[in-house]
Amino acid sequence: MTDTDLALPLPAMPFIKVEPNGVARLEFQKCTACSAFSLETNRIACGKCGARGSFVAHQPETTTGTLHSYSIVHRSFPGVAVPFVSAIVDMDNGPSLKGNLRGIAQDPESISLGMAVNVVLDDALNRKDDQGNSYVSHFFEPVAAK
Amino acid sequence: MSDVYIAGIDMIKFGRYPDKTPALLGAEAVLGALDDAGLTIKDVQTVYSGCVFNSMNGQKILQQVGAFGIPVTNLSNACATGATAVRDAWMAIRTGDYDVVLAVGVEQMTGMGMLGGPRASAIPTEGLMGSASMPATFAEAGMEYAAKYGATFENFASVAVKNHHHSTFNPKAMLQKETPLEMVMGAEMIAYPNTKFMCSINVDGAAAAILVSERKAKELGLGRAVRIRASALASDPWQERNPQMPDINSATRLSAQQAYEMSGIDPSDLDLVELHDCFATAELLHYENLQLCGEGEAVRLLEDGETTIGGRIPVNLSGGLLSKGHPIAATGIANLYEVCTHLRGEAGQRQQPSAKIGLAHVVGLGTCSAVHILEKA
Repeated sequence: MTDTDLALPLPAMPFIKVEPNGVARLEFQKCTACSAFSLETNRIACGKCGARGSFVAHQPETTTGTLHSYSIVHRSFPGVAVPFVSAIVDMDNGPSLKGNLRGIAQDPESISLGMAVNVVLDDALNRKDDQGNSYVSHFFEPVAAK
Repeated sequence: MSDVYIAGIDMIKFGRYPDKTPALLGAEAVLGALDDAGLTIKDVQTVYSGCVFNSMNGQKILQQVGAFGIPVTNLSNACATGATAVRDAWMAIRTGDYDVVLAVGVEQMTGMGMLGGPRASAIPTEGLMGSASMPATFAEAGMEYAAKYGATFENFASVAVKNHHHSTFNPKAMLQKETPLEMVMGAEMIAYPNTKFMCSINVDGAAAAILVSERKAKELGLGRAVRIRASALASDPWQERNPQMPDINSATRLSAQQAYEMSGIDPSDLDLVELHDCFATAELLHYENLQLCGEGEAVRLLEDGETTIGGRIPVNLSGGLLSKGHPIAATGIANLYEVCTHLRGEAGQRQQPSAKIGLAHVVGLGTCSAVHILEKA
């Protein structure tokens, strides 16, 4: 059966790759001169060291990271469901990402800065583009809640 | 190179002006600054005009007050737009090409919602990949600081209590209202830990400054002139989390350091500071970024009352962006207006006694920071 290809979700960010078998993974760009990570695929030079065109694909060996900062968002732009936890995570073997922290109570007592989290890839909250395509996005989950 | 002086400066009362155009708001500030300097629009040789949400506003202002074909540069630099206009005016005089330069900033923001640019994607990303709203962005900056030094929700809320208290002495502030700690902490939570009273207000506003060369300043008389001891602008250097998490600290640290070096003034010499409290969570960070205290000492500085009116180094005596309002391109010049008003001894009830040196700071997300150090001439 190959018609399942039609149902493959699209990546919501350039650093997400969806394999033909439907499995999504993270892939970043890494500067060969200074090892700085980039979340963009179309880069012509490195923002950290200025080296030109010297990027290689970097697939992190682990999806773990630590919670660097967050905010519990109670009022957002019109039409956006609240509350949600907006978080910054430093990956152990990759760059820093911004995303939703889920699987945790949305109150400051439950969220510890520096806590271990996993970066997971999942359906993008059922958000679709004009053509009805589904998307896969990244989320953070506490390691303990796994 | 010529020293540069502020000969005249003014801001309109920030508020709601639905029946006026941005050009008219700007014109009022420009005429106020010209009157303050004892000059007319015919004396102005070039204009730097800041506005983020309207284009070619400099010409539109001149069309209101007198247009004679002089060079006009329109510029946009996020929340540092007004300060950037002043810096460009300062540079224009330093080249020796001009003696009288107008810097003006205007924004009409009534009715605008929360600001912030979502990330590029085929689907909406807000609430999917965290939040790009300004309240959340600055909340995250504050929580980063909290993780490092243990600042609490209450500490951040105390910033808003202080600045709203200061605003009760400033007739040009949009909001002039005491907000006790319980009121601030109990207000609608926008993005933890920023409640409604910890977010700056979208308002209409304009501010303008007339910068002059030393020669011109002496010709006009130095009585109320204010000398620009330093004008510094910096952008955010590469940082691993930026721009997923905008770095609001590095550019401020760089511009502050430049300003102190340029002026030879030490942070301990400052009599007052107007800094970019776009959200209450930002103010504590900038105490350290501007070297008003050591690393990790911002909460102590605030809690000891040193940055409150009557304290050693009062911060945001105007009420800050939190209560004065934050009309983006006008803010940088309005901060300079507040500092000048104290240096001239004209700040009334909120006057910092015998103020001689003051610092004005802004941050434009994206990111840039401008720092000016002013001294009574």
